[in-house]
Amino acid sequence: MTLVLNRIDDRLIHGQVVVGWGQPLDVRFIVLVDDAVAASEWEKELYRMGVPPEMEVRFHSAAEAAPLLDVYRTEPHPGILLTGDIATMHELVLHGGVREVNIGGIHHRAGRQQYLRYVFLTQDEQRALRAVAALGALVTAQDVPAARAIPLEEMLSEAEVS
Amino acid sequence: MPGVRALVAGHADFAAGLISAVEAVTGRGEMLEPIQVKGLCGEDIQLLLKDRLHATGAAVIFTDLQAGSCTMAARRLLREEPQVVLVSGTNLPMLLDFVMSSMPDTHDAARTAVERARSAIAAYGGPA
Repeated sequence: MTLVLNRIDDRLIHGQVVVGWGQPLDVRFIVLVDDAVAASEWEKELYRMGVPPEMEVRFHSAAEAAPLLDVYRTEPHPGILLTGDIATMHELVLHGGVREVNIGGIHHRAGRQQYLRYVFLTQDEQRALRAVAALGALVTAQDVPAARAIPLEEMLSEAEVS
Repeated sequence: MPGVRALVAGHADFAAGLISAVEAVTGRGEMLEPIQVKGLCGEDIQLLLKDRLHATGAAVIFTDLQAGSCTMAARRLLREEPQVVLVSGTNLPMLLDFVMSSMPDTHDAARTAVERARSAIAAYGGPA
């Protein structure tokens, strides 16, 4: 099996990831790529305690993760690649061979405009997502497996909540 | 009747739904404040929980999933608010026990409610 989902989600590990995607895809490991989390034992423990015992979490900084992704793709069980922001995923598309990107959750914050119930972006973040797509990655928004995967340009053309 | 003693936070309408059930059974729904987190990032959930703890004087936060974003945000908050008790895996028997508790200490009431709720879970029927 391989990395079955490459997800940007500012909540990182939470219910949608562990249960919503994790159970139907039989996910056994999560590769959590975030510089701040990777540098903090307390943060790592927080996320480890949030997953069921059969699921393992591996933590890396963005720089560490890129060359390791090919190794993770040879794991016998399915896994999820998870970043908390667009810039980190951009690095992994550029240097880690990621070809499909799932926007799972970029939530409300000052200066962001709403596109979907779970996607709010600044102008810069819009551009950053387009830059990821320009590298050849298929970028779609989808919070849970039962929802439709919405192509990036379709999402960006919707200024209002859908 | 005491004021708000706990916050309840979780996915979708989890909090409002459970509190409406508590109100229907006991008339004490006002002891619990529902926290709506739809569309908020983890940082903002943490700020909201902190604000509501201070505004209400609540001493307990009840959440749904152990890995849920409300639980994660509350666990971060506990670092600055060590007097607060966080309970995850919340269910209706737990909240009923909590609001009906005569214990003067809210933390004790929460911990006791957890034990009672655990014993209220059972499966009946079906093939052996």
